Amino acid sequence: MGVGSFFTSKLDEAIGWARKYSIFQYPFVTACCGMEYMATACSHYDVDRFGAGLPRFSPRQADVLFVVGTISHKMAPVLKRIYDQMTEPKWVVAFGVCTCTGGFYDNYATVQGIDTIIPVDVYIPGCPPRPESVLDGLMKLQDKIAVGAQRY
Amino acid sequence: MDGGAILETLRARFGAALTDTHAQHGDHTAVVDRGAIVDVLKFCRDDAHLGFDMLSDLTAVDYLKYPGREDGPRFEVVYHLYSVPHNHRVRLKVRVDEDDPVVPTAVPVWPIANWLEREVWDMFGIRFDGHPDPRRLLMYEEFVGHALRKDYPINRRQPLIGPRT
Amino acid sequence: MAETTRREIMLGEGAGTGASQDIKLGMGPAHPAMHGIIRIVADLDGETIRKADVEIGYLHRAFEKDCEVGGWNNAIPYTDRLNYVSPLINNFAYASAVEKLLGIDVTERCKYIRTIMSEISRVCDHLTCVGASSMELGAFTVFLYMIKAREFLWELVEDVTGARLTISYGRVGGVKADLPEGFEAKVRKAFKETREVLAEVHRLLTGNRIFMDRMVGVGALSREETIAYGITGPLLRAVGVAYDVRTAAPHWAYDRVEFEVVTQKDGDNYARYLVRMAEMEQSMRIAEEALARMPVGPINVDFEGRPIDPAAYVDQGKQGKTEGLLLLPIRLSPNLEGQNKREYDQVNTGDKRVVLPPKETTYGSIEGLMNHFMLIMEGYGIRPPAGEAYFAAEGANGELGFYVVSDGGDRPYRVRCRPPCLPPMAALHRMIEGEMVADLIPTFGSVNMIGGELDR
Repeated sequence: MGVGSFFTSKLDEAIGWARKYSIFQYPFVTACCGMEYMATACSHYDVDRFGAGLPRFSPRQADVLFVVGTISHKMAPVLKRIYDQMTEPKWVVAFGVCTCTGGFYDNYATVQGIDTIIPVDVYIPGCPPRPESVLDGLMKLQDKIAVGAQRY
Repeated sequence: MDGGAILETLRARFGAALTDTHAQHGDHTAVVDRGAIVDVLKFCRDDAHLGFDMLSDLTAVDYLKYPGREDGPRFEVVYHLYSVPHNHRVRLKVRVDEDDPVVPTAVPVWPIANWLEREVWDMFGIRFDGHPDPRRLLMYEEFVGHALRKDYPINRRQPLIGPRT
Repeated sequence: MAETTRREIMLGEGAGTGASQDIKLGMGPAHPAMHGIIRIVADLDGETIRKADVEIGYLHRAFEKDCEVGGWNNAIPYTDRLNYVSPLINNFAYASAVEKLLGIDVTERCKYIRTIMSEISRVCDHLTCVGASSMELGAFTVFLYMIKAREFLWELVEDVTGARLTISYGRVGGVKADLPEGFEAKVRKAFKETREVLAEVHRLLTGNRIFMDRMVGVGALSREETIAYGITGPLLRAVGVAYDVRTAAPHWAYDRVEFEVVTQKDGDNYARYLVRMAEMEQSMRIAEEALARMPVGPINVDFEGRPIDPAAYVDQGKQGKTEGLLLLPIRLSPNLEGQNKREYDQVNTGDKRVVLPPKETTYGSIEGLMNHFMLIMEGYGIRPPAGEAYFAAEGANGELGFYVVSDGGDRPYRVRCRPPCLPPMAALHRMIEGEMVADLIPTFGSVNMIGGELDR
């Protein structure tokens, strides 16, 4: 330990701080959770105060992939492709219980949890999760971003 | 027009092609022969008194596990018709066997039948003779089997498909 | 074959020869128009769409198959997620279809409650539709205002049902619980705020030159084609056909309230927008009138006798100490914790084959317990007679029909949902042929495709 590593760790912290308050999300919205996503993003439960208010509708410009709503087997390859198109550093939030474990759709058409396809950082359960849960999940994600924890 | 009168009109015109009619809970139903169904649908649409200008729904039911109908024809294709000017409804059914699941297409009569018949093909495996675009509607093309059939278990997993170009 | 010029090697076949090539544009399943996931593959000639192929099914969640797995009331949560912006209408339409099969009629108060909650849901749906499609045209403020208004309505829904979005409120034979106290005042307040928002949006959008330029004359469909495609709802009313299931086949309390069926003539996106805006006002009118006319006001129970904590009451019954429990007039919370028997009877039919007995009866008497048992245990439960029924309600997008087939058992044999947004999606390629690519966005927005309903 010396002066050099003090500066780099402070730099890491600064970068982590900057990253966590400037989240560019890619909202991969499919189903009912999208309504709660809209509610979280709008004025009542404002997600803009966390710096996450600007969704980038291109995966190449985004760093957090919000997978919102049920993913069916027909949609899964598209999700994988979107995830692959994102550049590092990237995080994935599984929003809603359908993305966490498949929800109550235990059938031939639904992927039983998107972590079977892509690595997930934060799971927000709920059907659909209340905006308060979403904000809690977002704050947990911010903690992960601040320390630079990745799951590739 | 009263439901009974609708069935009377159909019976008067098509006689033998209507194998069964019944009324239950206010809904009037006629079971029609497979060969005559397109003529019946055209007549329903074009006749001034019937005036069924809207095909409300086209679906199918699998009677494999229905108590009392295990040895009859397996599928029934159900047409729900609605008339906007007269505000009456009728239900037409066509019984289809498992070994020969083909029904003449209703696409020339109403264009909405295109997608509805694609869905019946996807979910039940009933083919529509003369359909311009016989693809699956809801499942992906590589899916094996027909999902809403009674012998398809609900949580059968199939291999995941990869990204398409 | 002519020899390839250098220009052609660099830029591709046909470059510099004056010939043209069609572009295939894939508006893929994941696209920013936040309505849902469908895929539109359009053949373009410059900016004009020559032919479009619409592919759906990306949200197929096996609703119809899942309904066959559990009992008749088990399907209610699945119906919530059909049209997830107006879930109450789906619940009630399914419950009404099963009630038609059973041949039972719900109580008057229940009909009024269903009407009021359906209309509140309808306003939520139209707010989301107009808000989201305006956002795609660039009017982000309108989206924020409309979602704000939707929040007020969701607070109402939460008061009644306990949840904001996926409420599972309807039951076969009635609804889950009665309206809470003070609901009417809350409704008036929420509607006042909503009306202010709508007035603001009218000022922002209805005469707006940019909005009109993008919406007028775009995405129009002729009257004959609209009917031939089986399209109902606001899109049909925008071409001038006054077909509304609420007036054509009045169900619940719609024949006892007065409202207008709004129509327009042109059938383009602007007409659909006007129809939806006017329908929101009509829905609020229906809800207010129904609230004013509802039979039997809220019960104010003065209980004599020993006041006993409701949880203790239930515990005592569970332990088997049931002497005199039925005689105790207690008041359980009307919504979430239990049901005051009197209020419960007002909103659920007395039909023992269908409706669970109130908790006081279940824990307080052996007949109630047996009734509860017979309705819950597997193999027992609601058993409609063998047959089939089709019930149509006016969903936010049009005629929402449920076709249920019963084999006499305790599980549905077949539940078919007739999705009101499938016909407009089948006709979408007709609406956008000949239009420019940018016109696809407002057209798709005005169709109000809801993925849960389309793909089921």
